[in-house]
Amino acid sequence: MRAFETLDGLVAPMDLPNVDTDAIIPKQYLKSIKRTGFGPNAFDNWRYLDEGGPEIDDSSRRLNPDFVLNQPRYQGAEVLLARENFGCGSSREHAVWALDQFGFRVVIAPSFADIFFNNAFKSGLLPVILPEAVVNQLFEEVAASEGYRLTVDLDNECVSTPSGERFAFETDPTRREKLRKGLDEIGMTLQHAEAIRAYEAKRAVEAPWLFSA
Amino acid sequence: MAGRTLYDKVWDSHVVREEDGTALLYIDRHLVHEVTSPQAFEGLKLADRPVWRKQSILAVVDHNVPTTDRNNGISDPTARLQVETLDDNAAEQDLTYFGIGDVRQGIVHVIGPEQGATLPGMTVVCGDSHTSTHGAFGALAFGIGTSEVEHVLATQCLPQQKSKSMLVSVDGEVVAGVTAKDIVLHIIGVIGTAGGTGYTIEFGGSAIRALSMEGRMTVCNMSIEAGARAGMVAVDDTTIEYVQGRPFSPRGDIAERAVAAWRELRSDDDAVFDQEVRIDAASIQPQVSWGTSPEMVAPVDGVVPDPSAEADETRAAGMRKALEYMDLKPGTAIQDIPVDRVFIGSCTNSRIEDLRAAASVIKGRKVANSVTQAMVVPGSGLVRKQAEEEGLDAVFIAAGFEWRLPGCSMCLAMNPDKLLDGERCASTSNRNFEGRQGAGGRTHLVSPAMAAAAAIAGHFVDARQF
Ligand code: SF4
Repeated sequence: MRAFETLDGLVAPMDLPNVDTDAIIPKQYLKSIKRTGFGPNAFDNWRYLDEGGPEIDDSSRRLNPDFVLNQPRYQGAEVLLARENFGCGSSREHAVWALDQFGFRVVIAPSFADIFFNNAFKSGLLPVILPEAVVNQLFEEVAASEGYRLTVDLDNECVSTPSGERFAFETDPTRREKLRKGLDEIGMTLQHAEAIRAYEAKRAVEAPWLFSA
Repeated sequence: MAGRTLYDKVWDSHVVREEDGTALLYIDRHLVHEVTSPQAFEGLKLADRPVWRKQSILAVVDHNVPTTDRNNGISDPTARLQVETLDDNAAEQDLTYFGIGDVRQGIVHVIGPEQGATLPGMTVVCGDSHTSTHGAFGALAFGIGTSEVEHVLATQCLPQQKSKSMLVSVDGEVVAGVTAKDIVLHIIGVIGTAGGTGYTIEFGGSAIRALSMEGRMTVCNMSIEAGARAGMVAVDDTTIEYVQGRPFSPRGDIAERAVAAWRELRSDDDAVFDQEVRIDAASIQPQVSWGTSPEMVAPVDGVVPDPSAEADETRAAGMRKALEYMDLKPGTAIQDIPVDRVFIGSCTNSRIEDLRAAASVIKGRKVANSVTQAMVVPGSGLVRKQAEEEGLDAVFIAAGFEWRLPGCSMCLAMNPDKLLDGERCASTSNRNFEGRQGAGGRTHLVSPAMAAAAAIAGHFVDARQF
């Protein structure tokens, strides 16, 4: 996994609550057996005027000029500013891959759906929870100034605005550490293989029905 | 010391180790399907890691499979590749696998309980958010992403943080004709789609206890639509009766010991929840969703609400966007909304009791002429078989319904079953997001009886009138 360092990135706003994973990556793109190639289909239904599909070359499709991420001022955005319950819906990690491969490194919202929140860390996409009032303020600032950027400092758990205002956020220490170093989570768990075997041995005695089939 | 909740009990018995508030949680049952597993198996291979415990895995194809004639295979090449990839992975890893030709094949959340692969007190995971379904058995069951699927394959564990606990207590008796689906849609309408975020919900109260296992599965299934990764129901006689004698259930002496342990799987009387929500069962009416989020529901005798009456501007904007997508006007009576298609199926409502409920409304009647398609997609091959033995297929077919082969079908339209742009569907599934059942399609979530009634009437109508 890619390590997360401090990011200073252009911000794009998505002013809608409950943005669901079907919207982030529609299911016709879930048929891939690969982990890459989802970027061009992030927000596919909103982003293009022409219908798409796994066999269709996306570069030949007309972009929807009204969709916020298609506006010239947000090209190259790395921070997505969003509303409550972002990422609700299915457990598809493809949603995180799509955002990541689109170019986002951070999503800021007042709240996230649990599974999305978990998945985000696995690909080095940082979900930042800020209070609703702060998010409201950031939405206003993004709208007001073209080229608006935010600095997201994971080590110090704070987001700073161009005017120097700082907003603290919280991350779980274990997750922060993994994200900062880009650690292999499976490898970390396997360091405890002995403990897992010991647990299994104990459970097989206590609850043998879990091990019989 | 305060008593423990059901969630505490299952959690505690699965902690392998704990550090900094993160527990390494042991997983008893891993359900696998074709959409979220290919990258996980690939990752495993690339890292040269073996599967930790094959016996914990039950694999099945469901999302991509066609629900009509399967003799010619899957015509969509990408869907076919995904199914074949699971065929290969299952063979290579020597997994218990219900492939496309197996009579036991079906929706992953239907077959787990049906086979007795879901047992009380287990931890159950699957790369699918509706894994919450299995919580109906007093199991801790939750959906995971593909990286976590790989993690469980490789280690049988997941690093997890404990969530908060919420009790949703539905007390009293529901009015006749109000189903588990109406109960859960009503709950989501009350607490909102983010209401359960960060919580594990325990559903309790006399109205939940009165539900069959299938009804409890319907309720737990939609925990995720209430924002909760997991929903649970305490074990009682209903649970124990259901799990006994199934192919994967324990037998003999072990079964006796298991039953004794399962009886402990309920929250202690003095357990404290982080939040409690009480709902009066008698106030619940048959529900119909009108928007593009499962919290956007109304009783069948209600009307489409007006965003201008909503004080919160962000919410009002969400409502306006939903109404535009759904092509509905505020104030429209729910019963005046016509339907083009009817879908009875999905892991929420495709079990035998669901099909019986729908058939009893339909029996001797015909699908309205204005309805272009009505279909029933049983949740598994075994549900289908049972329904045929009871003659339900004949009831559906005589009324003009299509009788399909099991799979996710039009719940998410990753297969040939899709809504066309602008079509409106009465659906027994769980998500009404934009485009969920096909690009531009409009989904109204209802119970099986309500879907059946809509098929007959051509518009939404109180199923109790039939
Ligand atoms: S039936 Fe629908 S909700 Fe259930 S597993 Fe299949 S796609 Fe997901």
